[in-house]
Formats: sequence, structure tokens, C-alpha cells
Amino acid sequence: MKEQWTIGGKTLTSRLFLGTGKFADHQDMKEAILSSNTEVVTVALRRVNLKEDDHYILNDIPDHIQLMPNTSGARNAEEAIRIARLAKASGLGDWVKVEVISDQKYLLPDNQETIKATRELAREGFQVFPYMSPDLMAGKALQEAGAAAVMPLGAPIGSNRGIRMKEIIQIMIHELEVPIIVDAGIGKPSDAAEAMEMGADAVLVNTAIATANNPVQMAKAFHEAVLAGRRGYKAGLGPTSNQAHASSPLTGFLHS
Amino acid sequence: MSFYDEYISLKTIPFQEFFDQITPEHVWHVLNKTDPLTNEEFLILLSPKAEHFLEEMAQKAHQLTVQHFGRTMQLFLPLYLTDYCVNKCKYCSFSFDHVFPRTKLTLDEIEKEAKVIKKKGIEHIILLTGESRIHSSVGYLKEAAEILKNYFSSISLEVQPLKTEEYRVLIEAGIDGLTVYQEVYNEDIYKDIHVKGPKRNYRFRLDTPERGCRAGMRSVNIGALLGLDDWRKEVFFTGMHAKYLQDNYLDTEISVSFPRLKPHLGSFQPNVHVTDIDLVQAMLAYRLFMPRSGITISTREAPELRNHLIPLGVTKMSAESSTTVGGYSKSHTGENSQFELSDHRTVEEIKQVLRDKGYHPVMKDWEILI
Repeated sequence: MKEQWTIGGKTLTSRLFLGTGKFADHQDMKEAILSSNTEVVTVALRRVNLKEDDHYILNDIPDHIQLMPNTSGARNAEEAIRIARLAKASGLGDWVKVEVISDQKYLLPDNQETIKATRELAREGFQVFPYMSPDLMAGKALQEAGAAAVMPLGAPIGSNRGIRMKEIIQIMIHELEVPIIVDAGIGKPSDAAEAMEMGADAVLVNTAIATANNPVQMAKAFHEAVLAGRRGYKAGLGPTSNQAHASSPLTGFLHS
Repeated sequence: MSFYDEYISLKTIPFQEFFDQITPEHVWHVLNKTDPLTNEEFLILLSPKAEHFLEEMAQKAHQLTVQHFGRTMQLFLPLYLTDYCVNKCKYCSFSFDHVFPRTKLTLDEIEKEAKVIKKKGIEHIILLTGESRIHSSVGYLKEAAEILKNYFSSISLEVQPLKTEEYRVLIEAGIDGLTVYQEVYNEDIYKDIHVKGPKRNYRFRLDTPERGCRAGMRSVNIGALLGLDDWRKEVFFTGMHAKYLQDNYLDTEISVSFPRLKPHLGSFQPNVHVTDIDLVQAMLAYRLFMPRSGITISTREAPELRNHLIPLGVTKMSAESSTTVGGYSKSHTGENSQFELSDHRTVEEIKQVLRDKGYHPVMKDWEILI
């Protein structure tokens, strides 16, 4: 039986979330969404044309998918809040991924402003999914502010460098009660599997799928990697060691 | 602190000596780096030696651009509001000593232009004027923005340099981007070709992008008009200026253009001939130096070249542009374009070219929050 889990008031089976910003073609995007088995897709509100019939991207996202508008482009809490309200008022639902980036050099999220925006939007009844720089205290503050989940980056966005922030994210997984979704930096299916083996609740992938030579096949590979990583985590991974060792070098004599 | 202080020290670099000692190994070393490039490494990529590595540079530039921007291209159009100008500049058609009937759009005419542009599916526009504080006053620009924000998702400005407080007023009215070209970083040449008018003030123009950042512009676009001095130096200064702005104003998106001199009226000839190869090398070197920065290419360049430039690092393109005042609705057409256009393809044609090349044309990439 497929394992189910609940997040933001919704029951899901997939633990792979998809970003949409970097696809060359909406038909590819649609097929990638389907082959990834995802149930949650992020969309930058800045790209959605709310006034026109052609909503840029929304017509190409299958109906069963939960939309997660993001506040991409916001440079402070105030802008993020305004974008989120606009999304909700336009009928895009009450899920929002809060992205506040005041650094155009590395595109690292501003945790302080993210906490502020999360507090206000949670108070207004949004299901808030804040994207953040991995940090335990900031994670706790986001949880306290009412976040539905916390989304630490694995590595700088678009870097495809894997789970570089592993130690801190592992601590967050151990210490926070809200779900942890590893977002950004996941470059290969094996990186996604690694995050899931660590005990992350889900991963969000965009660049690695959208810019692959074959996005549809890559989406499928991520789906399989997320399943494998989750299964590995649930099965209980054995302890790891740096050196190979004989079964009982020090106490073997007791049994000889 | 101003970029001027940096310029004063950068201009003493012995460029020729530096270029002379570059070997292919130097270029290889830079191309194999994964860490950010130093200023010196940027200059290595601009050297004559690096010209032999254009394919390798292009591969890397393409990969970095797709990684950071995806397979997307943002489209925009220029909207000329007036061609009145108080400057005398040797290379520009709008220069006040060129006698032709000048035009300024009324607010009604601006709205007519907006409707025509909007029909093409365009969401991002840039407002252009000649440089005249009387004819393109802050009040006039503010009124224009207040109309245009009902039609468009993002409005940038390319007008005479303004003060920080004036930019703040325009941001309040819905303007979110600023473009200002230094034209030429070489201060001596600058003084020579900007013969009369407020534009002669090199320092005030050089500090304009920084005033825009301070005022809170979301995006600031800079550039040098290639052909006025040695392009290798000019592109180096442009890159250093972009880096200075990005380092000091982290929340502003800094982007660059590489306009090549293309005069329309007048007989001014470029001081330096900048070839297609030079243009490509400039763009690639900049992309490797500033991997996340935007690069804009206008319809000054020819269709075939523009097609080839798409995968080399470009992130924004104009299409179906008119560089005459009132040129879209023909309600009140200026007689003189600021520069001659080469690419006359329609927005739909450009979108199709992008799709054929595996790029998604992005029409809208912001939402005015004011």
C-alpha cells in the first residue's frame, strides 16, 4: 500500500514537489509533472498573468495538482505578503511558498524577513511554506510563526550541488516538529534519495528536471529516487563507519 | 564611495602589457575554474588571446545561463515618449544640433501607444526620452507611469539622469527599473564627444545607476556604447561597474547591455570597429564573470546574429521595436529614430524563433505591487 502523509491540511502520497520556472516548453512541463507523480507544483506569481485569459502556465498544470504559488521576486516581508494576498485574491488557493530574497548575487533567502512574512500570512489563514537558509533557530522561529512546513535549501538555488548543508538539515529534521522539505540544490536523483534517507519529509526540484536533456525521463528518475530514499529511511539504515572492521577484534577472545 | 574612485584606479592598469603577457594556459586556467572569477581573470577572458577559446567560453556561458535562468527569454519593448534633447553629442541622432521637428506624446497618445503594444502580448516596457528636464520632467514621467501601470507588469526608465529623490517619486508611481548607459567609460573621450549640455558631467552620469539602486529600483541596467573606445577596456569597466553595484546593492538585479554604435542622423563614424566576434567575446566574458546577471540584446542587431546569440548568455530581448516617438500607433510619429534598427521581426516571429531553439518566451516576470 502506498504510504500517505498530510501537509497543509492535504493528504498526499507523493513526496516530490516540482518547480516550474525553468522549463523550455509547457508541454514538456506537463508531461514531466505527470511522469514525476507529483501532487504539488510551485508557480511564481510574478509570471502568472492574472488579468488575461492565458494565465501563462496555469492552463498547463493538471487539475489534480495542488498549486503552491511562490513569492519569487519579493525583496522583503512586505512585498512577499502583498504577493501572497494577490495570489489568494485571484483564486490560486491558500498555499504559499514564501521566498524573500534580498541578495541577487547568490539568491540566498533572508531568514529574518521570511519569519516576519510567515507570521503575518499564517495569521491570515495561509498554509505557509517558507524557503530558508538552513538554521535551527530560524527553523524554530518559523515553526513558532505558524509555518505548515519548513523548506531549507540543500545548496544555493540552481547550483545542482547536492545536499551541501547536510549536517544542519539533519539537525533540523531531528529537532523540528513541522515537516522538512529540502528545496534547492538538488542536482541528481541520488541527491533526492539522500535527502529522503536523512528523513526529510519531501524534496522540491526544478532546475535538475527542467534543464535535463529529457525532462520527462528525469522527472521519472526523481520519482523513483524519492521512493527509494523514503523506503530506505523507513527500513532503518544501518550505522555507517569510515573503516572496514573484523567482527570483534577486541573481544573475540572471549568466544574462542 | 562611488564607482568613480574605482575607475580612477582601474584606468591606470597597463592594459596592453597585461594582454601581451597572456598565454593560452592562462585562458585555460580561467575556463576550468568553478569558483567565481577575479577581476584579473575577467580581463584575461577579454584579451586577444582568449579569442581562440570562444567555443569553450560559449559552452560554459550557455551552461551557466541555463542553470541560473532556465531555458527562458524575457521579452520587452521600448516606448519613446519624446525626442526633445538639450545635449549635443557627436554620435546621437537626438542631439540638439540636428534640426528636425521634435515630438512629445500627450497622455492620450501614450495610452494609444500602450494599447498597441499591449496587443502584441508585451508586459514589460521601457520608457525612453531624449534628455530634457523640461520636456521629460519628473512630473510628466510620473503621469505616464500612472497610466501605463494599468497596462503593463513592469515599467523601466531610460531618460536623463535624475536625483535619488526623483527616482523615489517615480518608483512610488510604479516604475521598477532603470537603464542608463555610461556611453563611454574613458573620461577623456567622454568629454570630447559630449560637446554641450548637462550630459557633459561625467561623474553625475557615472553615479546614476547607484542613485537608482539607493532609491530602491528593482533592476538597474548599464552599458557602454561599443565603438567609442577600445571595446576590451570598455567592457572591462562595464563589468567592474556591474560588480561594484551588485556587491553594494545586493537586492537590486544588475544587468548589462552591449549596444554597438549605430548612428542614424549625422556623419559620426565609430572610433573603433566592433565586429561580431568582438561582441560575442564581450558577452561571453561577462557571463563567465557575472553568472547570475541579466544580459539584454536589442533590435539594433541583425536577425541572424540575434538568433545565434540566444544561447550564449542573453536573458532579455526586445522585439518589434519602434525607436521613433509615437511609432506604434502612428498617432503622432516622430520623424527621426534614435538609431537604426536591424531586426524588424514581430513579437510572434521572435517567440517562434525562441521556441524553435528550445526556449520559453517569458512575457511577464513581475507584478506591479503599487
